[in-house]
Amino acid sequence: MNATISFDSVLHVVLALVGVAVFVGLNGLLLVYAERKVAGFIQRRPGPYEVGPQGILQAVADALKLIGKQLVRPDRADPLLFWMAPVLAFFPVLLLFLPLPFSPLLTGWDVNLGLLLILAFAGFNVLALLLAGWGSNNKYGLLGAARAVAQSVAYEIPLLLAVLAIAFQEGTLSLSSIVATQGSMPWQWNIAVQPLAFLIFLISALGETNRAPFDLPEAESELTAGFHTEYSGMGFGMFFLAEYANMIVACSVCTVLFLGGWKGPFLDGAWWFLAKVYALLLAMMWFRWTFPRVRFDQLLNLNWRWLLPLGVLNLLATAFVMKL
Amino acid sequence: MAAQDCPVRPPVIAPATGGVDAPIVNVAPVQKILDVCRAMSLWPMTFGLACCAIEMMAVGMARFDISRFGAEVFRPSPRQSDLMIVAGTVTRKMAPALVRLYEQMPAPRYVMALGNCAISGGPFNFEGQYAIVEGVDNLVPVDVYVPGCPPRPEALLEGLFQIQHKITGRRWWPVPAEISGSMGGGA
Repeated sequence: MNATISFDSVLHVVLALVGVAVFVGLNGLLLVYAERKVAGFIQRRPGPYEVGPQGILQAVADALKLIGKQLVRPDRADPLLFWMAPVLAFFPVLLLFLPLPFSPLLTGWDVNLGLLLILAFAGFNVLALLLAGWGSNNKYGLLGAARAVAQSVAYEIPLLLAVLAIAFQEGTLSLSSIVATQGSMPWQWNIAVQPLAFLIFLISALGETNRAPFDLPEAESELTAGFHTEYSGMGFGMFFLAEYANMIVACSVCTVLFLGGWKGPFLDGAWWFLAKVYALLLAMMWFRWTFPRVRFDQLLNLNWRWLLPLGVLNLLATAFVMKL
Repeated sequence: MAAQDCPVRPPVIAPATGGVDAPIVNVAPVQKILDVCRAMSLWPMTFGLACCAIEMMAVGMARFDISRFGAEVFRPSPRQSDLMIVAGTVTRKMAPALVRLYEQMPAPRYVMALGNCAISGGPFNFEGQYAIVEGVDNLVPVDVYVPGCPPRPEALLEGLFQIQHKITGRRWWPVPAEISGSMGGGA
C-alpha cells in the first residue's frame, strides 16, 4: 500500500463511508421487515401485513417511532459510558464495509490487509456491548455484557482458524485477490475445497453476531433484554442497527471467502455478491426462528470441544496439503 | 382480630408519577406523522399477570396474529415498550412492581386494561377483600378498557385499534359488520 496519503484517497474513503452508511441504514429497514416476515411465514402467519401494502412500511414506522421515543438514562448510570456504548456499537461497523469487494469496481477501499482490518475492528462491537452493560448500572445488563464477552472471545478463535485456513490456501489477506482466485462456477469456489472451514465459519459467525440460537447476551427469558435492558428509543435502535450491520458483514466475508464473492455463473458482478449475501442472511433468520436458544454451557462446550479442535485439524490439514 | 372488623384496607399504593420530556420538534405535521408511526408500531411489554395473559399469547399466534398490525414485538424490557397490557388480576403485592414498570416506560406510553380484573377487580371485587387492587386505573392512567373474563383475542385486537384511534384521531381498520357470539368453524 502506498504510504503517502493523497487528497483523492481520503475523499474516496469518505465517500465510501457515506455510501456505506446509506447502505447500512436501508438494509436495516429491509432486514427488520424481512426478519418479521420470515418469522411470520415460519410460524404460519402473515407477519406484518396492514401497514402499507403487505406491511412494507412497517420498518419505517418502527424506525420513526424509535426516533420519537423519550431517551431515558437511569439515575445511577454512568452518563459518558451509557451514551458512548450505542455510538461505539454502530459507527465502527461502518468501517468494516470499506474493504468488502462488492464487485471489481465497487470496492470502498481495496486494502491488501482487508481481512485483518475486518477482524480487528469487529472486536469493537464486544467492547460496546461491555460498556453498555457496565454503564447502565443494571444487573441484567451486566450479566448480559459478561455473557457477550465470554461468547465473543470464545467464538473468535474458531472463526479465526477458519479464516486462516483460507488465508493459508490463498496466500493473501486481500479480499479482492481471494475472490479473484476463485472461479465462476460453484465447484470452483472455496467451499468445495474447504467445506469444514465454511461450516465452522458460519457457526462462529452466528456466535459472534449474537444471533439465535446463540443470542444469550439478550436472552429475555432470564436476562430481561441483556445488555440493552436500559436503552430506550434510538439507543436501542443503534444496537439493533449494529446487529444487522454485523450480520451483513459476517455474511459478506463468508461470501468472499467461501462462495466466490461477486463471481457466479453466466455473468459476474455485484448482483451475485448481493444474492449470496442475502441468501446467507435469510439462512440466519431461518436458524433464528427454527432453533431454540442453547444453554450457556452448551454454547461454550460446542465451541471449545468441537469447533476449536476441528478448526485446528482443518488448519493443519490445509497447511499439510499446501506444503505438498 | 376477626376478618369482618379488619380495619380499612391499607391505602392504595401510590399512583405512578414520571417526567415526560417536551418534544424537541413540536411542529404539527411532524407530530402527526410520528403519531401515525407510533400507532402502527405499538410494541407491547411482556407482562402477563393472570389468565388474560393466555389470551394475550393467543393473539400473537397464527390465528389472530397481532403482527399484522405491527404490534407483535413483545419487548421484555419496559424501556423499549410502548404499550402496557395489564393482562389479569393486579394484587396488592404486584401493585408496586406494576407502578415501577409503568414509570420505567419512556414516553409516549399507553396502557390497556385487559379483562374485568384489571378494570375493576372483576370477580375478586367483593366486600372485605383485602388482596386485590380494584381497577388498575387506581395506579396508572389507562387508555383503553377491554372488558371480558377473559376477553377474546378479537377483543384485544379491537382494544389495540381503539388505542390507534386515540393516538391518531381516526379509525384505521373496517368495523366488522356483525359481531356474533359464536365463532363457528369458519371465520
